[in-house]
Amino acid sequence: MIEINSGFIPLTDAAILIIAKEMGFAEEQGIALNLLRETSWANIRDRLAVGQFEVAHCLAPMPIASNLGLTPFATPLIAPMALGMGGNAITVSDAIYEKMCRVGYSGQFDASIAGHFFQKVVSNLRQNENQILKLGVVHPFSAHNFELRYWLSSVGVSPDEDVQIKIIPPMLMADALNAGQIDGFCVGEPWNSLAVSKSFGKVITTKTAIWASSPEKVLAVQSDWAEKNQDALQSLLVALVKAAKWCSVKENFEKLAKIISADTYLNIPETLVLGALSGSLSSSASINADHTLPFLEFYDNAATFPWQSHALWLYSQMVRWGHLEHSAESAEIAKSSFRPDIYRSALKSTDAIIPSGNSKVEGALKTRTAVGAASNTLYLGPDGFFDDNIFDPDKIDRYILGQSNL
Amino acid sequence: MSSRMPSVVIVDENAARASIIEAGLIAAGHDQVTIINDMTGIVAKITEIAPDVVVIDLQNPNRDMLEDALQLSRAVKRPVAMFVDKSDSEMMQSAIDAGVSAYVIDGLRQDRVKAILDMAVSRFNAFSKLERELEEAKTALENRDVIDQAKRLIMTSRSVSEDEAYKLLRKTAMNQNRKIVEVAESLVLSANLLDGRQS
Repeated sequence: MIEINSGFIPLTDAAILIIAKEMGFAEEQGIALNLLRETSWANIRDRLAVGQFEVAHCLAPMPIASNLGLTPFATPLIAPMALGMGGNAITVSDAIYEKMCRVGYSGQFDASIAGHFFQKVVSNLRQNENQILKLGVVHPFSAHNFELRYWLSSVGVSPDEDVQIKIIPPMLMADALNAGQIDGFCVGEPWNSLAVSKSFGKVITTKTAIWASSPEKVLAVQSDWAEKNQDALQSLLVALVKAAKWCSVKENFEKLAKIISADTYLNIPETLVLGALSGSLSSSASINADHTLPFLEFYDNAATFPWQSHALWLYSQMVRWGHLEHSAESAEIAKSSFRPDIYRSALKSTDAIIPSGNSKVEGALKTRTAVGAASNTLYLGPDGFFDDNIFDPDKIDRYILGQSNL
Repeated sequence: MSSRMPSVVIVDENAARASIIEAGLIAAGHDQVTIINDMTGIVAKITEIAPDVVVIDLQNPNRDMLEDALQLSRAVKRPVAMFVDKSDSEMMQSAIDAGVSAYVIDGLRQDRVKAILDMAVSRFNAFSKLERELEEAKTALENRDVIDQAKRLIMTSRSVSEDEAYKLLRKTAMNQNRKIVEVAESLVLSANLLDGRQS
């Protein structure tokens, strides 16, 4: 048995790691997986850095930011696997929701529609009451921060001028909303469901609605350890992909919710986990973007594949919001933080369907489409941004130039 | 100016632990030490104090928020570097083991920072040890209580002396390869169940 220590933050998308341990997928591959719950992403980063964790449940932009030297105590990390796609939502306080309804919103999760009415409220409050709304995200280098900013900017709200974005830990988000410290937030499950269940706020749109099939968490691995323990890492990836497949089976949702909601993991009522899995965060409507794309995807549509185009888009947003200047070298560091090559070589002898390319044009697929794969048929997409913009990783210079940071 | 001690902010929701670190720093000659126990408005507080060193407990979920605030405060002061020296991994390891972390204004002399962090690490460890000992003392008391209860139950139902009741408990524990307190616990529990009492 090889012992591997992994940190995780209590979130529904820690499921793949938890299930790999609890359902025996790790053990089957000769791995004793120790899962250690953490209270901050900074702790995850530090424990990876000093080798207390070999791997961790990690925000997708974090390994990139760390490799680019943008975080305190930067340490070389790689992401050889994604831990699912989607899973976040934007929730606003009941007061803001009512204001949106007063200007014509009627609860649509569509990002353009929700954004249109949200923009009206932001602008009214700013002009008439000189009030700037405060929005919470979990970390500056999180997909939450970048998708929230992307959405705001596209609907005409400047993320730095028209609203104030604050960093709040996920488990404290609902309370911060209730206490009036923030007016809304973008967070992963089950923390939207918690806020909704306590009647603190309502979900207005989702990550999937903003950017379909988009990256969220990755398995971060200390580069050094990965280099010296290639076999162990490969076995771990096989176990995790099997766990991901198990997580995506509808018949397993109840058991999954029961396992991950336990005290040692999320420590939250099962029903709050089940909502995200079955596609309803509130009693009102289904949050699933359409019939082909769930709110949170663990396995299908190559949900565990670490697309380098995802890494590059996240990098483009770091540039957009002033974390660094764009250069070819930096883009290369960002791109090579995601390691589809390791994923491919680990999974090649399994039945997993693996994309043959490392990157794709984000936003090219409007519907679920069969594409080339190493074996069998791989379905991908839809993978578009709600504003129909396309991100071609080969034309990143032009994309970055064309971005506004208002 | 060069002899001035760096100003320190201790961010810890555990007021007792924060106080023992503060006491240590003051004893070492630090005259600018501020404790922040309450996380509301922490960013504004730190910006106002503009400390050279921030010591924070690792269990604090607001660490990401604090880090972000320290990075944003670049405009206010010099950049904030993380920890002591990135190359000093042993130092970092012991800090993380102890459950403490520190943020340091860039350019601060290494020996000064190290002294502060050393102090925080040793006091954090001392505090954990104290907590552990308290917990053990509490458990020991509870154990004695449950053994006493079990003895009384045996004395009543079997009409034996206290000494004999204890011997019986010990013998049963040895035969079953269990701890005396475990046997006592199950005895008390079943007696309560049969009695219909809730513990």
